[in-house]
Amino acid sequence: MLELRNVARTAGSEVCVAETTLALERGSVNVLLGPTGSGKTSLLRLMAGLDRPTAGSIWFDGADVTGRPVRQRNVAMVYQQFVNYPTLSVYENIASPLRVAAVAAAEIDRRVLETAERLKLGPYLQRKPAELSGGQQQRTALARAIVKAAPLVLLDEPLANLDYKLREELREELPRLFADTGSILVYATTEPAEALLLGGATATLSQGRITQFGPTLAVFREPGDLITAQTFSDPPLNTIAVAKRGARFVAEGFASPAPAMADGDYILGLRPHHLRLDADGPALHGVVRVCEITGSETYVHLQIAGRDWVLLAGGVRSLQPGAAVQVSFDPAQLMVFHADGQAASARKAAA
Amino acid sequence: MARIRLEAVRHSYGEGDALRPADIEFEDGGAYALLGPSGCGKTTLLNIVSGLIRPSAGRVLFDDRDVTDLDTAARNIAQVFQFPVVYDTMTVAQNLAFPLRNRGLPAGQVRQRVGEVLEMLDLTAVANRRATRLSADDKQKVSLGRGLVRSDVAAILFDEPLTVIDPQAKWRLRAQLKLLHRQFGHTMVYVTHDQTEALTFADRVAVMRDGAILQIGSAQELFDAPRHTFVGYFIGSPGMNVLPVEAEGGALRIGQHAIAMTSGPTAPGARVELGVRPEHIRLGREGLPVQVRRVDDVGRRRIVHAALAGHELQVSLDEAAEIPAEPRVAFEPGRAGVFVDSWRVGA
Repeated sequence: MLELRNVARTAGSEVCVAETTLALERGSVNVLLGPTGSGKTSLLRLMAGLDRPTAGSIWFDGADVTGRPVRQRNVAMVYQQFVNYPTLSVYENIASPLRVAAVAAAEIDRRVLETAERLKLGPYLQRKPAELSGGQQQRTALARAIVKAAPLVLLDEPLANLDYKLREELREELPRLFADTGSILVYATTEPAEALLLGGATATLSQGRITQFGPTLAVFREPGDLITAQTFSDPPLNTIAVAKRGARFVAEGFASPAPAMADGDYILGLRPHHLRLDADGPALHGVVRVCEITGSETYVHLQIAGRDWVLLAGGVRSLQPGAAVQVSFDPAQLMVFHADGQAASARKAAA
Repeated sequence: MARIRLEAVRHSYGEGDALRPADIEFEDGGAYALLGPSGCGKTTLLNIVSGLIRPSAGRVLFDDRDVTDLDTAARNIAQVFQFPVVYDTMTVAQNLAFPLRNRGLPAGQVRQRVGEVLEMLDLTAVANRRATRLSADDKQKVSLGRGLVRSDVAAILFDEPLTVIDPQAKWRLRAQLKLLHRQFGHTMVYVTHDQTEALTFADRVAVMRDGAILQIGSAQELFDAPRHTFVGYFIGSPGMNVLPVEAEGGALRIGQHAIAMTSGPTAPGARVELGVRPEHIRLGREGLPVQVRRVDDVGRRRIVHAALAGHELQVSLDEAAEIPAEPRVAFEPGRAGVFVDSWRVGA
């Protein structure tokens, strides 16, 4: 188990990682989700031992490893940029951690061939990294991490530089590739969809702070605060500041039934796929800004109550800019936050 | 603005064709995307349009004028690249004004045009800030603005302009780009490997692989009626299921199951496949029996990984849909396509 106990890192007046306590179990898949600059890489570097925390301690399987340099830890890291040894063949790139660990030659051969097979690198073992496609280069880096069988594997946006489709395939393979090793997998990404596809547990990050950590779907469906809900929404979360008066939430151009809770000011969040063009429910008046059609779905950008919202509709909807539309939603799908951003009530998971 | 026509254009960097012979036309004022994996030839094609590359064969025509031998400046093309290109020592407004001043536009017109672009890109608040002090997203906006600021260009070419942008900012920029296209009406060609960017930005998308254009169509055409199994696979997440089938006297069979579709005559030895999208399969008590291997809950929908007569099949379900105990699948009428040697022959 990897434990961060009250770990923080500051550089001058800048807080890279705010005080963080986190425990990751062996064999678990963990996602760090947040925008560029939210502290994902800083946190990975602390976990790896590349940086030393300015406060707190880091424990691995019960031993205090704070300040132990990365060379003395058994950590595998894969970066966004494809990092391989340019003068070594693919075979030697994959074999390198085993050579360092003085593993017997026959054993090296067996493990390199087996791993290369799983990553579809078999035909390229004698090539140099420069003679490979981007996807093959990153597979080589991943193969090296797998063959190392390190108990801690840190992946920093490993698929960001790859083609979209290749990303889809590798993302699906990744957790399975490491599943046998019992490693703790930590995967940093800016993309909510990637966290959902990887599953496992997710920590959402904002400005150097973990805002929530838990099972990925629970964080997605029941965010504890507004910033977590926003971090974990793609398309962006639709929000509106409202006042609750009796049984209703109201704002200029907006009204909705409200659950039993104290009157006062709240912020409501609604995910784009929970807004509908042609269903029953509270009706809002929207004006279409632009439609984006993907073939299977349509993202309708709307002005509602003076705010830019996005509605995700199934199928192809061709709406002209400037068109007036009725938009509805199921009030049970509303995320309700206090004015300070804290969730007002644990929202029931949507089916 | 111009209509751009490539006639029998082919390109080779030495060994093999990076771009196989192609005819393609970009209509005046249209928004196009070139979509495909790396190495498919999309950037080569873009560079042939811009004049960065002279094609090994064929002609490039702007409004019937042969520009094959003209460079980028002479073709009057604006370009936006993957990484922001801004002058750090200039303010945002000066960066936007630069291409206009270069062409000797009167100061009044420069001011007006820069003001419009600042407004459209939500940059008015940082107009007088030095570019070096901007966030990565804002820098890329300035790059986009520099591409958009000249109204007299023949076309604006974009090479993966949103790849380095965070998802949230990407949403805003994409919608803004689409609005800008509507407002200014430039001919735009956009290169990307990201299907969402391509499909949402462009009126027509060219899907490319191995130097060849496999299909040009609207998002809906590419989704509903892919001409090639690769288009079916590359468009959509997950992509289209492609199942090997046997054609017998015009009827199709998968494993022991007959499928009520006709393929027409197929040459002996031809590879026949059925293509059906995960969104177009109903999982219920009717149809062909499947074994469910895994269900991935990806938030707003679930992806069911099933086996149909031993072949992997993915089915997309919405949040609330149920999976029955002994599930069967039915293809929505008219939604499955028949492919022979990877090309669509019918449905």
